[in-house]
Amino acid sequence: MNDILSMLLTGVPWTLGVTLCAFATGVVLGFALCALRMARSRGLAALGAAIVLTLRSIPPIVWLFFIFFGIGGGYLSLSPFVAAVLGLGLITAAQMAEVYRGAFAAIPEGQYEAAHVLNLSPPQRFFDVVLPQLTRISIPTAATYAIGLLKDSAVASTLGVADISFQAYQVSQQTFQGLGVYSAAALVYLVLSVPVALASRWVSASLQRRISQ
Amino acid sequence: MNEILSQWAEWFPELWKGFVLSLQVTAISLVFGVFLGLLLALGVSAKGRAVRYPALVIVELGRGAPALILLQYFYFGLPSVNLTLSSFWAAVLALAYCTAAYTSEIIRGGLEAVARGQHEAAEVIGLDRVDALRYVILPQALRVALPSLLGFSIMMFQASSLCFTIALPEIVSRASAIGSSTFQYMPVLVLAGLMYAAVCAPASLGVAALERRLAPGQHATP
Repeated sequence: MNDILSMLLTGVPWTLGVTLCAFATGVVLGFALCALRMARSRGLAALGAAIVLTLRSIPPIVWLFFIFFGIGGGYLSLSPFVAAVLGLGLITAAQMAEVYRGAFAAIPEGQYEAAHVLNLSPPQRFFDVVLPQLTRISIPTAATYAIGLLKDSAVASTLGVADISFQAYQVSQQTFQGLGVYSAAALVYLVLSVPVALASRWVSASLQRRISQ
Repeated sequence: MNEILSQWAEWFPELWKGFVLSLQVTAISLVFGVFLGLLLALGVSAKGRAVRYPALVIVELGRGAPALILLQYFYFGLPSVNLTLSSFWAAVLALAYCTAAYTSEIIRGGLEAVARGQHEAAEVIGLDRVDALRYVILPQALRVALPSLLGFSIMMFQASSLCFTIALPEIVSRASAIGSSTFQYMPVLVLAGLMYAAVCAPASLGVAALERRLAPGQHATP
């Protein structure tokens, strides 16, 4: 059993790597997508909405195969890791765009008016007034999504990324102890998601304190 | 362009068979899963610890493990205790368990949203606990939970694509087989993606519209 667990644990850095890189990609690209969705021009806003809907309507595994075999096969050479991060990052961007949009709507109108009345410059308005509140409102939803992404990152194993799921498959084929192997793998994922939940609670509590000071 | 269209026409019947199989697996898992989810929701809200704790463990395990791991658990794991399932039934069991774990939380949210007075009123007019649940509480709870349940069903249809890893000949398996035999991955994966989007995009727009219609305040119960 110890051997099985230590084999599974060699997959942890890959699972965390895919999750963190895809999440970071999504957090940044999500901003751009949200800006597009909230554009004043109707055409641009419709384009943004269409991109978000398309990204969310096709399963992750199809995006990953499309990027790895479709784009990566003929036009560009992509490693499985990069393809997985790109695919999951794009899907995350669509989800984060919706999270940001909800957060923008949750900032009270008076905050914009106050910033305007105080004669803050547009960058000050954004960085000192809007962004701190946007972050605070987005964190709980973003953290829930990040935990979901940690589990969804298991699809990277279908491209051959040596993550926990990939190791579980290898070990179960070698030892014929599938039941124990997959139960242990499920527990490893469960244990990994606990720190994310705790970190999100800690970050939102400390942001709350900073805001109320 | 014409070349791609003629390829699509050639591949479509093959992918269509996979599409139907994906829909079947999803539908059967949802029927079993939502029913089990209802039982688990009642279990988690039960007062007795002997019911509540086991229900909680079942729910948290189902929500904490990736769907891919659940699928492989039933397909590659169970044979090690001499229980071999076909990929179809392994898929149905795994996705039904996943559905049960997630929908139990959705349904529990719906149950909690039913006003306290409704329970009291049901008791006052002399309904026993089962009848109160069936005629008073559940109809209201499920109404609240409906948009989320439908949204989750769309997610499950997408998750059925993971059955590729347990050799179920659904859309992705067939697309990937066509891709590896023709080396035309790009066009066949675009076609597979369009088939998913053709179901999921209108469905999620419909769910969003339903959510707005059922939003609290619009149909306040007197």
